[in-house]
Amino acid sequence: MEGADVEVLRGTLIALAVVLTGRAVIAWAQEAVARRCSAAVKSSLRLRLLRHVALNLPDLQDGRASGEVAALATRGLDSLDAYFGRYLPQVALAVIVPIVVLACLATSDAVATITVALTLPIIPFFMALIGSYTVRRRQRRWEALARLSGHFLDVVAGLATLRIFGRAEAQLGRLERVTDDYRRESMATLRIAFLSAFALEMAATLSVAMVAVGVGLRLVDGLMALQTGLFVLILAPEAYLPLRQLGASYHASEEGLEAAGRVFAIIERAEPGGEDPDQTASASTATSQPGALLAAGVEPGPGGEIRIVGVTVRQPGRGIWAPFEASLTLRPGEIAGLAGPSGVGKSTLIDVLLGLRTPDAGSVELVDAGGTHVPVASFNRASWHRQVAWVPQHPYCFPGTLADNVRLGAPDATDSEVREALRTVGMAELDLEAPIGEGGTGLSSGQRRRLGVARALLKPARILILDEPTAGLDTESEATVLAAVRTAARSRGQAVLLVAHRPAALQIADCVVTIESRTEVTE
Amino acid sequence: MIDASSRTRESHGATALWRVALVGRPVFARMVLAVAAGVAAAGAAIGLTATSAWLISRAAEQPPVLYLMVAITAVRAFGISRGALRYSERLASHDAAFRVLARLRSLAYARLEKLAPTGLAAFRSGDLLARLVEDVDGLADLWLRVLIPYFTAGAVATVAVAGIWLLVPGASLALGGSLLFVGFVVPIFTIKVAHNADRRISGARGQLAAETLEVLGGAPELLVAGATEARLAGLAEIDRRLTAAESRTAAGTGLGALLAGLAGGAAIWLSLVSGIAALRAGTIDGVVLAVVALTPIAVHEAMSGLASASQHLPGLAAMAERLLDVMSTRDPVEEPASPDPLPIGPYGLRTRGLRARYTSAGPDALVLPDVDLQPATRMLVTGPSGSGKSTFAAVLVRFIEPSAGSVELVGSNGTEDLRRLAGNDVRRIVCLCAQDPHIFDTSIAENVRLARPSSTDAELLVALEAAQLSTWIDSLPQGIATMVGEHGVRLSGGQRQRLSLARALLADAPVIVFDEPTEHLDETMAQSLVHDLIEATAGRTVVMITHRPELAGSIAWSARVELGVGAAVSG
Repeated sequence: MEGADVEVLRGTLIALAVVLTGRAVIAWAQEAVARRCSAAVKSSLRLRLLRHVALNLPDLQDGRASGEVAALATRGLDSLDAYFGRYLPQVALAVIVPIVVLACLATSDAVATITVALTLPIIPFFMALIGSYTVRRRQRRWEALARLSGHFLDVVAGLATLRIFGRAEAQLGRLERVTDDYRRESMATLRIAFLSAFALEMAATLSVAMVAVGVGLRLVDGLMALQTGLFVLILAPEAYLPLRQLGASYHASEEGLEAAGRVFAIIERAEPGGEDPDQTASASTATSQPGALLAAGVEPGPGGEIRIVGVTVRQPGRGIWAPFEASLTLRPGEIAGLAGPSGVGKSTLIDVLLGLRTPDAGSVELVDAGGTHVPVASFNRASWHRQVAWVPQHPYCFPGTLADNVRLGAPDATDSEVREALRTVGMAELDLEAPIGEGGTGLSSGQRRRLGVARALLKPARILILDEPTAGLDTESEATVLAAVRTAARSRGQAVLLVAHRPAALQIADCVVTIESRTEVTE
Repeated sequence: MIDASSRTRESHGATALWRVALVGRPVFARMVLAVAAGVAAAGAAIGLTATSAWLISRAAEQPPVLYLMVAITAVRAFGISRGALRYSERLASHDAAFRVLARLRSLAYARLEKLAPTGLAAFRSGDLLARLVEDVDGLADLWLRVLIPYFTAGAVATVAVAGIWLLVPGASLALGGSLLFVGFVVPIFTIKVAHNADRRISGARGQLAAETLEVLGGAPELLVAGATEARLAGLAEIDRRLTAAESRTAAGTGLGALLAGLAGGAAIWLSLVSGIAALRAGTIDGVVLAVVALTPIAVHEAMSGLASASQHLPGLAAMAERLLDVMSTRDPVEEPASPDPLPIGPYGLRTRGLRARYTSAGPDALVLPDVDLQPATRMLVTGPSGSGKSTFAAVLVRFIEPSAGSVELVGSNGTEDLRRLAGNDVRRIVCLCAQDPHIFDTSIAENVRLARPSSTDAELLVALEAAQLSTWIDSLPQGIATMVGEHGVRLSGGQRQRLSLARALLADAPVIVFDEPTEHLDETMAQSLVHDLIEATAGRTVVMITHRPELAGSIAWSARVELGVGAAVSG
């Protein structure tokens, strides 16, 4: 080498510069591509999640707050970046790199190739062995660790209580003790967890050392050229590296995997109608109807009454049946009043009627002109919803104009129809183009309720369901709204279900049914 | 304008981080230990590469094997110690971080303890409080993920550059320059790029979040109205824009890796070139050239952790700022420098022109007509929400300072303004059963006993009996040792209030304030609870605060106050 001419080396040095630059560019490309993939996957998961929740309303079933789903769909999924940016590329590297390195080694030295090939499997073997051991150890300690780490939050949350009893200062010593316990427990766990990295590093080092000893001996004996020796020695550790890094990058991606897991848990939760998640994904491109997600059912035929028979719904977490065996009949042109103290299940009964919730007992049936009973549950949900107009207890106002909000259920309604609907609920003075902000800002709570009624009146439906439409309204507005409801029943022949607390509201009802709840009997 | 404000924010973040970093001082020795182990581990790794390079090149010259023995031993020692040192470094740094965590928690707790609950009113929601606690815990990462790796890398870099300087000064300049670049320029650049990318994405991200909330919040209505599909299509359009923006910024995020890779490559290449020049000049031999050429690879590998270390900085700075914001809140109550001794009981209360507010500029949250409450009598305070009922309770236990007027503790030997007494003394006399008493994640016995840790089991049972909890506790298989779960989830609303009452009875407070004890309870349960509370507190001075006065109808009150929003009416 001492005699090497610079001219001879120039080519090699240029090649080295190119390779080094190339390596940096590839590192950049890896990250950029990973980001793009991650963005695409996040988008797909997000849309599937939102579509599923918006169409199947799983939160009605288990009380999952929509805020939580929203957080999961936005920030939660961002933690997938580490999974795509680090873990997945590392998996590919762990498979490809050892093979490539072996292939390169094979071109120059058979002994080193065989040594590496024989020692490589030790790494995954060790990983699996130590991994399963530490996981078992960790799980056993997990509960203790979780309790210790939660202690600080518990104490801070209870500070007022502690101060009342003069215990806040004394708790400082206990806090220090518990944190110290937490440290010792955690360190005990970490000593074992880090052991796996230690063992892997030792295994890799020893394997490289075996290769190096062979190379060194053959160099001393003059059986190998220096170039080959250096080549083998620099390349050999690269075969082990990606496998060792796999463990570390898996750790970084766990959070993202958990978020993805939660998304799938929501998407794949079995629905009463039996939804196929794949169908949802393909539906996002097609112009399918939401009803297709429920069992493609019967079209509701023109009919007479809607009979609610013995509907009972168990309220998970409250230990009661609410409603318990509720029965009532809705007839065209008539107003049925629904009464009962709060928490008795009036809104739940409406959910059942709307097909948003499956009762634990009882049924809702449509009795057509011929006297045939058809359970509402067997209808195609979208077609059923076309027959129903609903004013929920707190009508939701979407940002946009007032007219857009009124048109929610009747997008083709003309401006004069919208104005007429607003007039019947006593809101004629408002501008159709008035902007409405997030959460209905710009409207008073009474106006929001009346907007909900106007919205329902505009929709050409044969059933009108109103959940406390006059709560919080002054007497005059209440009278206007009730008159509009009466007109809907008498002149338009709608079958009306009116939930109300106040006697004034229930006075317009043709019949009033009081429903009740019942405490669950547990053994 | 925007730039200037964002620059001040950055400097705020840096100041906050610096102040938090100082918390680690008592653990300094352990930090040094962790850094030393880290330096030794990196040194072993670099030494392994350097001696291997020397060994191989020297072996190729075919000297007698004996000449190689020292190097062979060194390679072995480096190889084995590398793993062991790395292991001890990780343990030492985690141990140090956990010890700092303990310091952080103690410091934060000592401060929060003075602020709670009035100074922490902004953290009333469980989520925000949990985030505050997470901030405290998360800041331990400042040492584990930033400070220790940076100091380790700095020491390793210095030693390596100095070592190469002795062999080929030109190569050491290349190495040093590239290390400075990777250690400082690349992280700053990366943070800037990430910040810019965030700014470009945040618009679309905000829109998506808002629309997501709309679609989910109005989901049932949209579904019944048949408008879900149209709304989802709009959402998909916003999502498409966000995804496009994210893809556009993707190229920027990898630039840090590109720069670090180029710097490392340049160091290797320049070392090699200057090594070859030195070789031709005859200052080194071929064996040293191998060392000079290969060492930079190992050194740059040891620096690869710095990229992720710097990524933690913006998040940590935000945590530090949030935490310091809370910690620098003024004490809601001023303790007297030399508090007066408590008067002797029995105790009554007297208020004169009492008003209180949460911020000095804000409106009065409480305006109370003058009240004289004789010892062992009961007072009823009613009023709608927002009339200052809970504020009154807070004034009585010295959680908030009156803005005008006074509350006096009337004893048999004199009367003392609460402000002249030590807060802890006041709370020994006046006990508050709060609207939502905190139940700790421990047993029933521990939860009640915190009121008086020295109490015997018998005293405990008497208190539980008086709070009408005995029948229920007897039905539990583990009795008073039953764990109540996080925030007392295994208790009903009524049981929590009774537990709170048992605490007050065990503390044996002569004056007990009940703040909305019947909240979240139905009519029948509320009736029986109020009845039991009054019965159990016979002979004590009681202030009952409720917005459901009908529950208290049959009870003889010696004083009644009806609070109004912004004004009060005495009755």
